[in-house]
Amino acid sequence: MISHEFLKQLTSLAAALFLLTAFAILAQRHMRALLGWFAIQGILLAATSALVAFAAASPELYISALLALLLKGFLMPWLLWRIVVHLGVNREVEPLINIFPTLLIAAVLVLFAYYISLPIQKTSALMTRNTIAIGLACVLIGMLIMITRRKAVTQVVGYLAMENALFFTATAATHGMPLVVEIGIAFDVLIAALIFGLFFFQIRKTFDSLDLSHLERK
Amino acid sequence: MMNLFSLLLGIPALTCCALAFLGKSRGAARLNIAASAATFVVSLGLAWKVLMQGSQFFNGQAFFLDPYNIFLVTLTAFVATNTAIFSAAYMSHEEQIGRVTSHNLRLYHAMFQLFVFGMLLALTTNNLGVLWIALELATLATVLLVALYRTPAAISAAWKYFILCGMGIALALFGTILIFSTSSEVLGHSNEALTWTLLYPKADKLNPGVMTIAFVFLMVGYGTKVGLFPMHAWLPDAHGEGPTPISAVLSGLLLNVALYALVRCKALVDGATHNHFAGHLMMGFGMLTLGMAALSLHRQKDIKRLYSFSSIEHMGLMTFSFGIGTPLANYAALLHMTVHSLVKSGIFFTVGHAAQAMKTQSIAHIRGLINLQPKIGLGLLLGTIAIAGFPPFGVFTSEFLLVTAALESYPWTIGVLLPSLVVAFAGLFRHLQPMVFGTYPKDVHVVPVNMLPVYIHLGLALFLGLAIPGFLANWFQIAANFLHQGTL
Repeated sequence: MISHEFLKQLTSLAAALFLLTAFAILAQRHMRALLGWFAIQGILLAATSALVAFAAASPELYISALLALLLKGFLMPWLLWRIVVHLGVNREVEPLINIFPTLLIAAVLVLFAYYISLPIQKTSALMTRNTIAIGLACVLIGMLIMITRRKAVTQVVGYLAMENALFFTATAATHGMPLVVEIGIAFDVLIAALIFGLFFFQIRKTFDSLDLSHLERK
Repeated sequence: MMNLFSLLLGIPALTCCALAFLGKSRGAARLNIAASAATFVVSLGLAWKVLMQGSQFFNGQAFFLDPYNIFLVTLTAFVATNTAIFSAAYMSHEEQIGRVTSHNLRLYHAMFQLFVFGMLLALTTNNLGVLWIALELATLATVLLVALYRTPAAISAAWKYFILCGMGIALALFGTILIFSTSSEVLGHSNEALTWTLLYPKADKLNPGVMTIAFVFLMVGYGTKVGLFPMHAWLPDAHGEGPTPISAVLSGLLLNVALYALVRCKALVDGATHNHFAGHLMMGFGMLTLGMAALSLHRQKDIKRLYSFSSIEHMGLMTFSFGIGTPLANYAALLHMTVHSLVKSGIFFTVGHAAQAMKTQSIAHIRGLINLQPKIGLGLLLGTIAIAGFPPFGVFTSEFLLVTAALESYPWTIGVLLPSLVVAFAGLFRHLQPMVFGTYPKDVHVVPVNMLPVYIHLGLALFLGLAIPGFLANWFQIAANFLHQGTL
């Protein structure tokens, strides 16, 4: 039987790795590597869900772990890659701000997230309490990706990374939302991804490019 | 009676599927009207039940109707019905002039019903998580509708709407997770920890620190959808570029539902923190929004963007009023929600006809409506008078109550409130006057209009300004007290 302390350490490790993947997505210059890291993040999310499911002995969470693995580890990255190939998008990411300053901003965001979560940590009796801070940091990094990237595809990856971070927070900090809610959220994200796909083709048809700076000019 | 409630959600859901398969014909618009009207009749039946027997639970504790949400359910179904009637004439004209294809019309009708379903689900659910899901569903349904015309401007507006609301709603979900993290320690790790009616009695056991942080996230998250400054950037674009019936339901209904969610959260947070933090935050956001929107009204060049800024202004006013949080202020805000929704959707119907008659949405090119087509000109004039807060329309009554409530609790806010209202008033009328009066351009033509929905909406707003029916006043009263104290 695995000890409680060991499980706690494993969850902390998962949280640290999750933050690492968020930074990795932010730092990538190539579309392929970006989607690769996005897939790793999805798989990590599934692993964390399974871990918490085991630790908290709640079989419901195994279902959401499976959902995460299929949807976020494989289906979404693969679909996005197919779209990138199909539309022949330039394989470079093209950030609005250089990568290095964005990484610094992200580091500041992590500090900020920890600062905000201070009062929560003191009072929460849950097994994995500093995961709220990391979850929030990853949500904010997801937003940063959306703000500082010029291409529609990269913005979508930012959106989905943000969604991953929310799922991570829900699983690690609260042992998962009730199943109804979790499935509902997954359904919404799926529809959102579908609409994103439709949008790519519309934007492409209308502007002849996936570069969103064309949208601004009208 | 369980069946009646399943009809309320079942009719829009089933019609959505039906329209997705057979929505290309002329009958689609009629089916859309019939389904919306049926939903409205069902909502009336449920309202009668709540009136006779008080608050109701359905399907165990999964859904509930209380005085706070029943009038919004009825209002949503009512405005959706009239919008469906308006859209039948409007969209067939759009199809004739080639702005939409019949293929896109199928999407339009199916998504309209999905949107109604999402809003009704958000209003009636007893679960915080499902509320979030339903609001997101309603948003996703309208994203494709905003992009319906496929012009570069429409696609860019829809993208902006999607991304900004996606970010906002993510923050709201984070807030919900935070609430769950503290409530699951009180009510156990299950659906019960997200159930409104179980949470309210236990509110003082929730961790105040966590609830405070959670409310900041919910405020920014749902506030984005309400259209509060500075997260409002999506709203004018989405209203301006989408089809007019969609502008009408976005302004009249979706903003209301988002505010409903925010205010429910506020009542819960108030119960946990026992201070006025949440209220003050809402007052601040509301006041900023009001001031910004009032000034922005003056700079608008597009008629639909003009009235969407007026919506932002009124949402700011309601947020401010709910923020004050006394029973009187809550009452004023609830009344304002109702009349604003009626009047604003009525205005958008008229604006839609006006834009079709003048073949443009540019304010500078809309001239002499009352001479060209008196019905449209008169409708626009009366609607704008009503929304600007002239007596005897209902908006005057609610704004009067609001100012009274503000004077009672925070007299200094009047210094911002009244000037903003005057500036907004001036902003609307400087654009309205040349649009309604004067001589019309040469190449315009009279379009077929159906002004009945507009007259019904304005008539109801007038009626609510003169005499609020006893049962409605009673509901508002109960809801206002509930939002003040956090218990029924």
